[in-house]
Amino acid sequence: MSQVQADTPTATEPVVSVEDLHVRFLMREATVAAINGVSFELEAGQVLGILGESGSGKSVTLRSLMRLLPPARTRMEGRIRIAGHEITAMDEAQLRRVRGAKVAMIFQEPMVALDPVFTIGVQIAETIVRHEGISYRAANQRALELLEMVQIPSAARRLKSYPHEMSGGMRQRAMIALALSCRPMVLLADEPTTALDVTVQIQIILLLRQLQQELGMAVIFVTHDVGVAIEVADRIAVMYAGRFVEVGPTEKVVDTPAHPYTAALLTSTVLGSTFGKRLEAIPGTPPDLRALPAGCSFAARCRHTQERCRVRMPPEAALAPGRMTRCVRVADGELDLGSPNLGERNIAKP
Amino acid sequence: MSPLKHHVATEDRVPGLASERHPPRPKPLLAIEHLTKHFPLKGGLFGRTSAVVQAVDDVSFVVERGETLGIVGESGCGKSTTARLLMHLIKPDRGSIVFDGQTVGVPEGLSQRELHRQMQMVFQDSYASLNPRLPVAMSIAFGPFVHGLGRTAALLRAADLLNAVGLEPALFADRYPHELSGGQRQRINVARALALEPRIVILDEAVSALDKSVEAQVLNLLADLKVRFDLTYIFISHDLNVVRYISDRVMVMYLGKVVEIGPVDRVYRDPQHPYTRALLSAMPSMDPRRRTRQAPLSGDPPNPVRPPSGCRFRTRCPLAEAICEQAPPALLASDTARAVACHMHVPASGHTQAATPGAE
Repeated sequence: MSQVQADTPTATEPVVSVEDLHVRFLMREATVAAINGVSFELEAGQVLGILGESGSGKSVTLRSLMRLLPPARTRMEGRIRIAGHEITAMDEAQLRRVRGAKVAMIFQEPMVALDPVFTIGVQIAETIVRHEGISYRAANQRALELLEMVQIPSAARRLKSYPHEMSGGMRQRAMIALALSCRPMVLLADEPTTALDVTVQIQIILLLRQLQQELGMAVIFVTHDVGVAIEVADRIAVMYAGRFVEVGPTEKVVDTPAHPYTAALLTSTVLGSTFGKRLEAIPGTPPDLRALPAGCSFAARCRHTQERCRVRMPPEAALAPGRMTRCVRVADGELDLGSPNLGERNIAKP
Repeated sequence: MSPLKHHVATEDRVPGLASERHPPRPKPLLAIEHLTKHFPLKGGLFGRTSAVVQAVDDVSFVVERGETLGIVGESGCGKSTTARLLMHLIKPDRGSIVFDGQTVGVPEGLSQRELHRQMQMVFQDSYASLNPRLPVAMSIAFGPFVHGLGRTAALLRAADLLNAVGLEPALFADRYPHELSGGQRQRINVARALALEPRIVILDEAVSALDKSVEAQVLNLLADLKVRFDLTYIFISHDLNVVRYISDRVMVMYLGKVVEIGPVDRVYRDPQHPYTRALLSAMPSMDPRRRTRQAPLSGDPPNPVRPPSGCRFRTRCPLAEAICEQAPPALLASDTARAVACHMHVPASGHTQAATPGAE
């Protein structure tokens, strides 16, 4: 324990830093290149939203941060530091001490995280006792406070409930309480609102935003829903074929998307589009991760593709501090980001 | 019996409700009246009915020729059960379905077989709705074949339909479902639904499982096919943006009841039922400068096993009053095109915000 606590982060160091992460899955017949060079940093109290479609590698990125991928079939390269800990260099015993205590995760399906045969109260108290070695009495008291913090009504009674006795939204809150039980510095959220009804989804989003601010946590929020990303994230990273193709402050990314994929994603969603007008669909499908093309992975679907796009993946080009994209047009200054190219889009909420 | 109960009675319900845009209208293509389905929950030692899920409760609406009717609501509101009842995949407990003047499921009316010729359905799970051991062209040709078309003719039609949904027959006809992407599979399901040349297609969360970029492709395809084959759509979805985009009219359901129905633009611009209003304002904001500050509703939708008395929304409604607990509000036409089921819109209902007769 003492060894883990020894290297707490200094004030200047970001709480999460990822350098050139590569993740490949070795299957019997092929190797899947799931993550192909992801680098980013996240400071305490910041919310990073990772936006991408299925297969883009957003969930794999999260799981890599906690080393939750099956070790036998996974090849991981690069460097991950969370709260001063070198995650990539840790063994299982060290990881167990970091998971939950420094970095915790919530999922789309709460039953992934909750054990069906124990009450909510027992599960939360157990976690606290295991990590912090305090008495069960104190841990139970904390469990009660946690349920109150996530705004579960009649929390004292709910401590004695089993997961199946709760509604979907309540289970999601219980899972958040469990994740926060050891006061992690980093919370990883893997589509936690996707399976919820829209009126419940907004409650969970607001709760997460409130807790994040009160506790000063860093949050990485993975979603496929542009609207959800806009509601939660300070910064948005758009992911495609295992790479961040654009990163920037939420307002900038939404107002003046730099990468053609981001722009297409924003216009192809039926946000306030006028009835009867055709949607600007992105043609084709994402590339096969077993055999990625040599050049830009979006080239086959992009309307601006040029000869050089097919030669090699464009490197990360910085547009402004904290803003980056991987597109040759931006690197050459061909694209003027001063003028919003989404002028026609009606972003008014009904 | 309180005089208010009178409003629950049947005379001023919506079936006559027709869109005002093209008056006068012929009969609607589909007219649903008092459709009801309760599922008994069996339990205990002798399998007695311990409770009843009121999945769809006294639902009436019409579908006009050539329109797209969107049905929205949260899980458990009965929108999918309604779709299955329309297809007669499950038998309604009560109520009638009249297709183009013919009542469905009565001896002198339309048989279920005939109904399926006229009305087809596309489901959310694109893989589960295809036979995994059949090449996709065979899956498409199967319906016409069973309905009496020759083998060669059925396969020719399948090839035509593959073209229509944007899949090259030479490349795709002999593939199996697992060899296709989700978007391609859903195109096959659309082609199969069209194989019997139906007049109505029910799309039950048909694009919900697709990625956004693929969803846009399929929505464009649906719009093209509608014009080309002169179709009428019933589009069921939990995604309010998609429903707004594709529908002419929208019907909002809550716990087995219709709470509001009307032209989609007007309902989205000026929702009249408190639930519709809450549903629309719960949508994520698309403007990072104007994020949502407060959730419009707290808690989850109640269990449809024991729905609240009176108005089913009253337990979550910020404007609920005593009357809402006593009597369920009838779905009343608020003008020729719209109807809403709320005591605030029933004159002299006893709700303080209801219009009093003679006041105007």
